Amino acid sequence: MARARVLIRPKSGILDPQGEAVERALPALGFDGASDVRIGRLVELELDDAADLDQMCERLLANPLIEDYEIEVVSS
Amino acid sequence: MRFGVVRFPGTCDEIDALRACAAVGDAQLLWHGDADLKGSDVIVIPGGFSYGDYLRVGALARLSPVMGEVAKFAAAGGPVLGICNGFQILAEAGLVPGALLPNLSLRFVCREVDLVVATARTPFTSTSSVGDVLRIPAKHKSGRFYVPDAQLPELVANDQVLFRYADGQNPNGSLDDIAGVCNLAGNVAGLMPHPEHAVDALIGSIDGLRLFEGAAASAAPAAA
Repeated sequence: MARARVLIRPKSGILDPQGEAVERALPALGFDGASDVRIGRLVELELDDAADLDQMCERLLANPLIEDYEIEVVSS
Repeated sequence: MRFGVVRFPGTCDEIDALRACAAVGDAQLLWHGDADLKGSDVIVIPGGFSYGDYLRVGALARLSPVMGEVAKFAAAGGPVLGICNGFQILAEAGLVPGALLPNLSLRFVCREVDLVVATARTPFTSTSSVGDVLRIPAKHKSGRFYVPDAQLPELVANDQVLFRYADGQNPNGSLDDIAGVCNLAGNVAGLMPHPEHAVDALIGSIDGLRLFEGAAASAAPAAA
């Protein structure tokens, strides 16, 4: 049994209006100087075989046309 | 001539779609869990929020049992129309090119837009001419059509752009003002605006009827 995290985010070059909105909001709290804010999502899962993860990402967890993903196997 | 309108959990426009289809032919509802198109000659995937838009819009619905049959039907040349969430589902299934991203405004848009017909080679635009303008409501939060820049010229060259938003009316930031596209063969089409909501003069435009009439006019012989 492996425990893994998959980080999914918009591909670079794709406008991320959520990230832009958050970037514009941070200065309201006095946090200046944050840039290139990108918002994605995190999938945590336990699975029998971490070798399946890449295919899981390619075929469902991410849409490779618009998203990049990073796989992190936390424990195996 | 029988239309099949697919209902998923979270679909909300199937009744309007059914009514639009019934105006030009026979129409029946299909349940997403049944791998059976029940003899339909045209398939309509209507709008809504299938599976609550979980993970990504359209990502889970395309794995429903009915979608395997829709893919076979499409591969055999059967006419398939995806509207709004239906377009998103077809894109996730790889049956039409591209992806639908959140609107640049991050707002849910709900307004009538003018759509310019970009190709008349699909069943749904077969009774239209290139350049015709159809006034049809759009209502969505993830309608920003996207393909990688390098793929756009190919899409245009292959005559796969179905509709464009009229000048200045792009409601969501779609690439090249694209409101709808079709597959290479032209029998599978998707668009964000809602022709099924524009079929009765009582509530404004009847321009949406054109897509259903087109399917009825051209589909019967093709979908044996």
